[in-house]
Amino acid sequence: MSLPNDYATNYPKRGHGMDHDRYAWSQLHERPAITWPNGARVALWVVTQLQWFPLDMKPGVPVPAGMARPYPDYWDYTLRDYGNRIGVYRIFKVLDKLGIRTSVAMNSALAEMYPYLVDQVNQRGYELIANGLDMGHPHYGGMDRGEEAARIKEVLETLRGMSGQAVRGWLSPIRSESKHTPDLVAAQGIDYLCDWANDDMPYGFETASGTIHNMPHAMELDDQQILINLRHTEQEYVDQLKDQFDCLYAEAEQRGGRIMAINLNPWVTGQAYRIKALEEALSYIAGRSGVWSATGSEILDAFKAS
Amino acid sequence: MNKDEMPRAPGLYDYSPSIDRPKITWPNGARVAFWVAPNIEYYEYDPPQSPGRRPWPKPHPDVIPYSHRDYGNRAGFYRMMEAMAKYGVRGSVSLNVAVCQHHPEIIEACKELDWEFFSHGIYNTRYTYQMEEEMERAMMVDVIKTIKDCTGQNTDGWLAPALSYTTNTFELLAEYGVKYTCDLFHDDQPQPVKVNSGKLISVPYSLEMNDTVVLTMLGKSMRHYADILKTNFDQLYAEGADNGQVMCIPLHPFLIGQPHRIGAFAEVLDYITSHDKVWVTTGREIAAHYYEHHYDNVVAALAGNSAKKRDA
Repeated sequence: MSLPNDYATNYPKRGHGMDHDRYAWSQLHERPAITWPNGARVALWVVTQLQWFPLDMKPGVPVPAGMARPYPDYWDYTLRDYGNRIGVYRIFKVLDKLGIRTSVAMNSALAEMYPYLVDQVNQRGYELIANGLDMGHPHYGGMDRGEEAARIKEVLETLRGMSGQAVRGWLSPIRSESKHTPDLVAAQGIDYLCDWANDDMPYGFETASGTIHNMPHAMELDDQQILINLRHTEQEYVDQLKDQFDCLYAEAEQRGGRIMAINLNPWVTGQAYRIKALEEALSYIAGRSGVWSATGSEILDAFKAS
Repeated sequence: MNKDEMPRAPGLYDYSPSIDRPKITWPNGARVAFWVAPNIEYYEYDPPQSPGRRPWPKPHPDVIPYSHRDYGNRAGFYRMMEAMAKYGVRGSVSLNVAVCQHHPEIIEACKELDWEFFSHGIYNTRYTYQMEEEMERAMMVDVIKTIKDCTGQNTDGWLAPALSYTTNTFELLAEYGVKYTCDLFHDDQPQPVKVNSGKLISVPYSLEMNDTVVLTMLGKSMRHYADILKTNFDQLYAEGADNGQVMCIPLHPFLIGQPHRIGAFAEVLDYITSHDKVWVTTGREIAAHYYEHHYDNVVAALAGNSAKKRDA
């Protein structure tokens, strides 16, 4: 393949701001200070992912922690499912002990398979976030628009119907989107996306159905990212969570309320040998004054009201 | 099950949340049933190809991975065995049964220490992937006969060779009278496995505690591995006060039997076996206790829940 003659220099969107219309260019340090309820400095947003990795998954794009071995891969299937049976309850126990709430991002197929988990989310007063159909069905560039629209509608109908919750947040499986995903979820009444990893605060996100928001869901501070993909130790994971918090907590004094987002995969952090690390990090955070444990919707509403 | 189908879920167990299930007890009020499962393996020098997996990465001969594994039988096994014997830990051997022919000296050493033998297939380089039912049956018959002839033991437990399966595997295990499988990693307690005829349970094999997984796949150091084993035990020991747990350490002599690793491993055995409420046991004994005291209760409880918790 040879390059077009103007490959190096031609880009019509070369100019001030973004090269697309999804959101406006804005630097974090220039924005007005945000105030959280009761003068809190840091909103603590813990997101717990409850997911199903189907035995026959053949995703359109690679899915980390999917079925890595030939069918039937009971190895990967059952290790992931451990999180839904055992790991998640270790996490909930730690959260209960420290008075921390969580938003739970759930695949709708898992909700249908294990409705007990939906009941747990409701009984505990947690927020439910839509996490797509299952981990075998990531959204991706080039997928059929009609198929994607129908899937999003089905996912939200299932989760809203089973939980009775409004389900205002959307997290795509493996945070993978097509170019239509934001428009399609907004058309179904989603208020906030969790996919984009470009900010520490919510920001306005333009869709065909009006402006929604993207929330600063943890991408780097994800247990799977740190412990599995990067193979850091449990102690390094604890240190990273503490360091992130210390920075945000200090910044909040000068620049207004910040958000500490932590993303948990029960098959990772819910392992018997890792739960102590999570408790250590969360104890450190929850033990400071001016930390507000809240759901994604609560944080977004406070952000909009500020 | 029709093997032409590709079910989306295994259909082998019911949902059972850890916070809402029957209480499991172990002998003498133990909180954790602790067992060690050395994988005593034979990898062929020049194995046949399988559509499911390439046995060795390089063209034959792939000297380093082959000889690394052979180290386990020549040097690592004895070192590991001595460390386990020192702390009174009997092994439950996950056996490639061809070791009975290639290295009967190892089998004899295990027998002298009253170790259990269970099946890890014939060779670790013969994968179950895509086996027709008759072929998988022939493999199982060979394994069961070889273990009986060589050790006098029944094949009570099963860990599929190289963790490779067909959708027939568990049904066939139950048919051949295998009592427990180590192949399901969804729980820290034994669980009933749903088969059409006979009975089968899963006994936790704690795959995340496997030396290959931690040292090789995750690239952890030995000292970090030792910390992981102790921390995992501590958590299960605490939880075991409410509901009995199982912890297994699955091992490979070619890894754990290296001089630079065996010391830290011995310290882990010392640490775990020094606790009061730990039942140092074997896979077979855990399964037998579970069948005798808990299997019926758990099956009944799961059946009672079935309207709310659908199949996995």
